[in-house]
Amino acid sequence: MFRKLHDPGAQAVTVLIDGQPVIAELGESVAAVLLRQPEAWSRTTPVSQSPRAPYCMMGVCFECLVEVDGLGSVQGCLTPVRNGMRIARQQGPRRLSACRKLSACRKLSA
Amino acid sequence: MQEIVGMQEIVGMNANETDLLIVGAGPAGMAAAVTARSHGLSVRVVDDQPTPGGQIWRGIETVAATPRLARLGEAYRAGAEKAAAFRACGALYEPDSQLWQIEPGFRAFLTREGQARRVAARAIILATGAQERPAPFPGWTLPGVLTVGAAQILLKTANSVPSSPVWIAGCGPLPLLYMTQLLAAGGTIAGFLDTMPRGRIGAALRHLPQGLGRLGDLAKGLLWSLALKRAGFPIIRHVAELRAAGEGRLESLHYRTQEGREGEVAAEVLLIHEGVVPSIHVPLALGCAVSWHAGQHCYVPELDGWGETSQANVFVAGDGAGIGGAEAAEPRGRIAALRVAARLGRLGEGSADAAARTERARLARALALRPFLDALYAPRPQVFAPVDETLVCRCEEVTAGELRARAVQGRPGPNQIKAFTRAGMGPCQGRQCGYTMAHIIAAAQQRPVGEVGFQRIRPPLKPVTLGELASLDEREPAA
Amino acid sequence: MRPDIIVIGGGTVGAAIAYGLARTRHQVLLLDGDDGDFRAARANFGLVWLQGKGLGMPAYQALTRGSIALWRGFRDELEAEAGIELCYEQNGGLAFCLGEAGFEKRRLELLRLHNQGGEGEPDWEMLDRPALERLLPKVTLGPDVTGASFGRHDGHANPLRLLAALHGALARHGGSLRHRARVERIEPAGRDFRLVLDGETLVAPRIVIAAGLGSPALARQVGLEVPLHPERGQVLVTERLEPFLPLPASGLRQTGEGTVMIGATKEHTGFDASTTADAAARLSRKTVEIVPALAKARLVRQWAGLRIMTPDGYPIYAQSQSHPGAFVALCHSGVTLAAFHAEALAGAIAAGILPESLSPFHQRRFDVPQAA
Repeated sequence: MFRKLHDPGAQAVTVLIDGQPVIAELGESVAAVLLRQPEAWSRTTPVSQSPRAPYCMMGVCFECLVEVDGLGSVQGCLTPVRNGMRIARQQGPRRLSACRKLSACRKLSA
Repeated sequence: MQEIVGMQEIVGMNANETDLLIVGAGPAGMAAAVTARSHGLSVRVVDDQPTPGGQIWRGIETVAATPRLARLGEAYRAGAEKAAAFRACGALYEPDSQLWQIEPGFRAFLTREGQARRVAARAIILATGAQERPAPFPGWTLPGVLTVGAAQILLKTANSVPSSPVWIAGCGPLPLLYMTQLLAAGGTIAGFLDTMPRGRIGAALRHLPQGLGRLGDLAKGLLWSLALKRAGFPIIRHVAELRAAGEGRLESLHYRTQEGREGEVAAEVLLIHEGVVPSIHVPLALGCAVSWHAGQHCYVPELDGWGETSQANVFVAGDGAGIGGAEAAEPRGRIAALRVAARLGRLGEGSADAAARTERARLARALALRPFLDALYAPRPQVFAPVDETLVCRCEEVTAGELRARAVQGRPGPNQIKAFTRAGMGPCQGRQCGYTMAHIIAAAQQRPVGEVGFQRIRPPLKPVTLGELASLDEREPAA
Repeated sequence: MRPDIIVIGGGTVGAAIAYGLARTRHQVLLLDGDDGDFRAARANFGLVWLQGKGLGMPAYQALTRGSIALWRGFRDELEAEAGIELCYEQNGGLAFCLGEAGFEKRRLELLRLHNQGGEGEPDWEMLDRPALERLLPKVTLGPDVTGASFGRHDGHANPLRLLAALHGALARHGGSLRHRARVERIEPAGRDFRLVLDGETLVAPRIVIAAGLGSPALARQVGLEVPLHPERGQVLVTERLEPFLPLPASGLRQTGEGTVMIGATKEHTGFDASTTADAAARLSRKTVEIVPALAKARLVRQWAGLRIMTPDGYPIYAQSQSHPGAFVALCHSGVTLAAFHAEALAGAIAAGILPESLSPFHQRRFDVPQAA
């Protein structure tokens, strides 16, 4: 849907989108990277499972909610990418992953 | 006016407490911070972006070092030294921070890197800026439909442009500016669907005399228009209705002009813009009084000459106080900071008054052209009256038809309709549906929209995890 | 058309009574307050609940039991008439217990309550942790959860849809509803009551005051002193999640939409309906103790409502002696008791006389004894 006008060069990082490695530029937002993918959507809605993509890019539409490094419903447009970041598109309502101990969950969300 | 001088001994100071909390690091927030620091106040600035600049100067620090700076224009370039001055002013700057609640006192709650914290301040300046006015039409939720502002942010921060010729629809200076920037960057435009209704220029001209001092701005707009005409893409005037369609993503676009001319075109990306409205969620959540701004078709916080809201020691500066652009945002930020400095005894009343006079003159100059622009670019009526099938609430997927049906049953208010339809109950908290809902209620009940009011804003302002909340310990000061 | 009965208060209590009256062919007008009023009906948690209720007041236990027995039938008719699903499920409900002591305390409480009623077999049981885990296969319980009490008759519904359905069905039966119609004064006029609103006067021979915390000032004008105080309840609701919690629990339920409701606090803060981060933190801590995985769920909204509390916490149903034809109906369990309000109570109001079985709920129980 979008294309980048320059090669990130030394700023290039690799992130995983739904497990697939993708080249991105350090510091650009997760949403910007998603919009450059052949499948440029970010989530399907929990109400009707319809696909949505980043819309406002400034934190007010919540269409770019994705899972980032295990934490769900993160605003992709407000999250700069880092090397090795795991990004997962959210499909429908989120599933609660099992989490035996509160301390473990706190660590994950921290 | 609440007197807070002398509170310092009672509250004491620590890393979690500052004299002033500024929310937002755009033009208003940065200017306020610099001014407040110059009078010795301790200042914390929280912002949800990773770098300073707000929306207008998004990514300026990075871009300033690249050749891309030139094609983004003079107004953008100006942000570089502002950001540098802000960085040097000595304010405690917390980027990447999501503010999710402010309680009286003031205690503000924010999350940064997954960690929730509580901070305290004696005064607050809300410099949260504006957002693009939601302009729902059938298909506006399809992937491929974005706002013009979003595309401009993608250009500034990711140097990205639509990969195929893009359709742009809307009205206002931003589409013109973006199209100019896009062409300069090497992007291509499929066509511009100009939604400005017929006869607007005439209506706007009566506001021109007071804006004559701003002829430079007018000339700039004119130059953009001429350059775009020369670029040779189709420009379709007086577009009144839009409809986007496609299987899972935007594939085609249908439009209809005021004169009834219709067209359908293939499209991969459509950018839409119908002006901007102040971001009022934080003032509303704090119980600040707002009133309807007929010229700008939105609510604005009720403010005194210093930008103070109906809640003592809560100020609003920048576009959040009413749309005025970056040039108005900076004096507004400084005026609010002067008042806070005087309140806290760091600046004499007389000095504050004198300094504010200069800033108010700047503000008046910056706002001189605004009534003309407001009249020229006033949103077309269809923005407020989407057809029944349109999803008004993007989060909970509530249609205009459902809202209309509810609005006539006993003439309920926006909170009752929110309760019954779930419109406004999703994560965006009514940021995308609030105004449309108010207009639909007003039309159905034949009331002025300003009387209908906005949905009540509930915390959190940004969704926060239960784990973050659970880790907040109220009895001990946060680390 | 001149109404036979005006119900003041468009919350869950008033709307259920108005709906019930409209079904019995009365010409009903339901007056609702302003959009920004205190509205317990919009803050409700949504339990249709029996377990643990009614200590010291067997009549309340019986009333609750009776209403729950009516709920399915009530739901069926209301859904058909309003075309709105109430999401009522009655598969039993839980109260989680933390620690061995918490488990034993809960058991004794319910036993005491059961013995007070003295009716047949218990309709609840204590589930130990393995039994609870079998009931909730998708939940990994926190380490301190020792079990839960399980009430067979308990369930939950969507309180906002209930309210919307009551309003809709009222209209279907020819009743009228007006929002933003605040009653400023009630003037008894012969056998009629004149209700003075902003700019107009309405007249009816019979009125029902179900205006929540706004009721005492109105009831006084027809000779009824109703002592009420607000009790703040704060509730949290998360984003929508895949279904994982098949049964509602006291303070924790997953709604039909998938959101998780958490609550509610009980606070005495007067007429202050604001929310506090402190309460959000406390409720969150308690929730992740029970279901640790919820630590990763996002809170979308927090709200507060003011419960309509009487001195003993039980409802008031009364007809004025000095002004017959004027009734009050006040309680804080508007969802559980909705079936009773729409059926038996509306019927009694229509008949003009409250049955003897409701005498324990007359407001005179709070009167200071005049003589020994």
